Amino acid sequence: MSPDLLKLIFGRLGFESLPLHEPIVVGTFAVVALGGAALLGGLTYFRLWGYLWREWFTTVDHKRIGIMYMILGIVMLLRGFADALMMRGQQMLAFGGSEGYLNAHHYDQVFTAHGVIMIFFVAMPLVTGLMNYVVPLQIGARDVSFPFLNNFSFWMTVGGAVLVMASLFIGEFARTGWLAYPPLSNIGYSPDVGVDYYIWALQVAGVGTTLSGINLICTIVKLRCPGMTMMKMPVFTWTSLCTNVLIVASFPVLTVVLALLSLDRYVGTNFFTNDFGGSPMMYVNLIWIWGHPEVYILVLPAFGIFSEVTSTFSGKRLFGYTSMVYATVVITILSYLVWLHHFFTMGSGASVNSFFGITTMIISIPTGAKMFNWLFTMYRGRIRYELPMMWTIAFMLTFVVGGMTGVLLAVPPADFVLHNSLFLIAHFHNVIIGGVVFGAFAGISYWFPKAFGFKLDPFWGKLSFWFWVTGFYLAFMPLYVLGLMGVTRRLRVFDDPSLQIWFVIAAIGAFLVLLGILCMLMQFAVSFLRREQLKDVTGDPWDARTLEWATSSPPPDYNFAFTPVVHDNDAWWDMKKRGYQRPLTGFRPIHMPSSTGTGIILAGLATAMGFGLIWYIWWLAAASFAAMLVVGIGHTFNYHRDFDIPAEDVIRTEDARTKLLAGAR
Amino acid sequence: MTVAVNPSQTGEPVFYLAEEHPHPEGWSTSLGFWIYLMSDCLIFAILFATFGVLGGNYAAGPAPKDLFDLNLVAVNTSMLLLSSITYGFAMLTMQQNKVAQTQVWLAITGLFGLAFIGIELTEFAHMIHEGATPQRSAFLSAFFTLVGTHGLHVSCGLIWLVTLMVQVQKFGLIEANRRRLMCLSMFWHFLDVVWIGVFTFVYLLGVLR
Repeated sequence: MSPDLLKLIFGRLGFESLPLHEPIVVGTFAVVALGGAALLGGLTYFRLWGYLWREWFTTVDHKRIGIMYMILGIVMLLRGFADALMMRGQQMLAFGGSEGYLNAHHYDQVFTAHGVIMIFFVAMPLVTGLMNYVVPLQIGARDVSFPFLNNFSFWMTVGGAVLVMASLFIGEFARTGWLAYPPLSNIGYSPDVGVDYYIWALQVAGVGTTLSGINLICTIVKLRCPGMTMMKMPVFTWTSLCTNVLIVASFPVLTVVLALLSLDRYVGTNFFTNDFGGSPMMYVNLIWIWGHPEVYILVLPAFGIFSEVTSTFSGKRLFGYTSMVYATVVITILSYLVWLHHFFTMGSGASVNSFFGITTMIISIPTGAKMFNWLFTMYRGRIRYELPMMWTIAFMLTFVVGGMTGVLLAVPPADFVLHNSLFLIAHFHNVIIGGVVFGAFAGISYWFPKAFGFKLDPFWGKLSFWFWVTGFYLAFMPLYVLGLMGVTRRLRVFDDPSLQIWFVIAAIGAFLVLLGILCMLMQFAVSFLRREQLKDVTGDPWDARTLEWATSSPPPDYNFAFTPVVHDNDAWWDMKKRGYQRPLTGFRPIHMPSSTGTGIILAGLATAMGFGLIWYIWWLAAASFAAMLVVGIGHTFNYHRDFDIPAEDVIRTEDARTKLLAGAR
Repeated sequence: MTVAVNPSQTGEPVFYLAEEHPHPEGWSTSLGFWIYLMSDCLIFAILFATFGVLGGNYAAGPAPKDLFDLNLVAVNTSMLLLSSITYGFAMLTMQQNKVAQTQVWLAITGLFGLAFIGIELTEFAHMIHEGATPQRSAFLSAFFTLVGTHGLHVSCGLIWLVTLMVQVQKFGLIEANRRRLMCLSMFWHFLDVVWIGVFTFVYLLGVLR
């Protein structure tokens, strides 16, 4: 075939795009291909495709979508953590003239992919998944406001993840760092597909995130059960509300800034170029206007989880509910007024730097208030050291350290010394692992029995906990030291042999975290096998306080047979205290949304369009875009999107639960 | 949510609704659409900010004075404003349940929208012909992107409008279609408001610059 025709069909995709010269990637591909083939074969052998498609892929049930988000987050955690191990290994070895085992081309992709994956495809899905699962239950709703949109959002997030994963085996990923600053990320310095993978993965996933933000705001504002005023909402619902407000008010900024970068790369405009009047500093400003709220998007739900866990496992009402809510709202607002602290060194001048330094320090006040609220909740409580509570205590200790180093970095003169050093790396891992990751784990172990009807195995959970916590400290405390000694981030080789010992310690820490992750996977497996012993039939295994524990575990499709009525912040606790009797008769049909495959089809097309744009396969991009329009408009011609669960089905489900409950007593 | 949550007549607390009425269809739609519009507004805000920062960077290329034909832009602006008025008429006739008249007003709205897009494209073609391409300077990059994004929104609005006209024809002014027309109405007026900003900050102030 003529080269022109080939180019028309395949764009810039060719055999040389496959990274066959990288033995590590080829090995990984072999493992992934074998594992993937085994998985697909297994699904086919056990004839699970129809089940998966009907019950999971096309579902609009917020609970199942929440679980799928969690699975996505955990799978991507394995990938992101593999990158982390590779970096720790490289930095440990590359001393005394050794180049380590990763070449610069590969190493730069590894650290970029690590950051992108951990933020967008691990932390975001874990947080969104928990919110999706828990919020409608906590507010006594049957589903989210826009169930179809919820399914679509999830698959768009998956589409982004698929593009990032594809970059590992087809072409390459960005070599720019996780925020892809121009001019490095512009076409002149990054002519390959890496940055395009970055852009389209984030754009596809970003649409999903924005829509899911709108969806959850509407859910919380419009679907609360009777009696639940704003100041009677559980704290997790409050932090979710604030998080979703932040999502809606910040992700469009990311969308625009990436669109402008794409215009620079694809069309040759001059937004972020060095010549023709462009300004790379504009990019740095814009991306951090999204980027700083993003870290609060991640950590606020975690704060909510810790609030629920602390009061449940202390057996007490949360101390200072009102101040907790106000602190959350204040953090929400302040998170918009601090973005410039990410680049004090850019040269904005003393007064601008002072303003942003001070606003940054002020954020520690509401955060500190929260910390004291948790402490006072525990004070004189009957604390049960179950797994969620252990993660919470580890969080409180770890997060305080991370917060203090953050306040230190907020001082502009100090930042001039520490900017872009490993001190910064240690700081944000300190708050993201100590806050978001520990929060997600607390949430997983807390709500797992709700989602599956049995508790997680405590032995493997505790093992995982101790490996994670000690591993974290061993991995990141040395980075503080190295940062203070002046070591900058993203280095591949080192000259000074005296630094090596710290990198060795950090690598040992990373290895312990690996054990922590493996123990966690083991915990899931063991818990599944021991599900009969770990079974919970009450629906309320922790003697908890909020509405999600009022229904069965796992909850029925319709969540609550009757919509609950709430009189107190701790609604379920109040119901238990005042002798609530579960209704046994009078069930009626329940109106529910129906499943649809449109979401996954649209997201698949969006992913194909992204792939076409990345590789300049214009026909593919145009065709998938046109198909999206057709499918999307076609979907609007379907006016019958819901159905009634017949009363008999409700009666059957509820009677089964009545029997279970009787058996438990 | 006007359900009695206070203790019932017997003094026993009520913990669930024995008789429940599901939320009416589209219960959250207008709120959701408003929030979507605000996120879209943020997209324009960033494009305006970008124009504000880069709008003076001509890179020794053409400046607004050399490029903008305010008369043409005034005509264009009136097209969009008129389309907003006619959309309002469509909504009024919708309230009176007159399908045919609603369709006529929608069609007129669409024609005004089409005229707006046509004039905008003519303007773009003219500028590009004169060498004022988006690649020429940061000012022109920001200009084409801001104005073009607005034009893209209007184009999407036109596709949506046609879709809705088909649906109204097919299914009549049922509740779902009224809700959809309401959403498009908000979208259309929102684009009008954004255009006022474009007209003022990009064109008028640009010529003064």
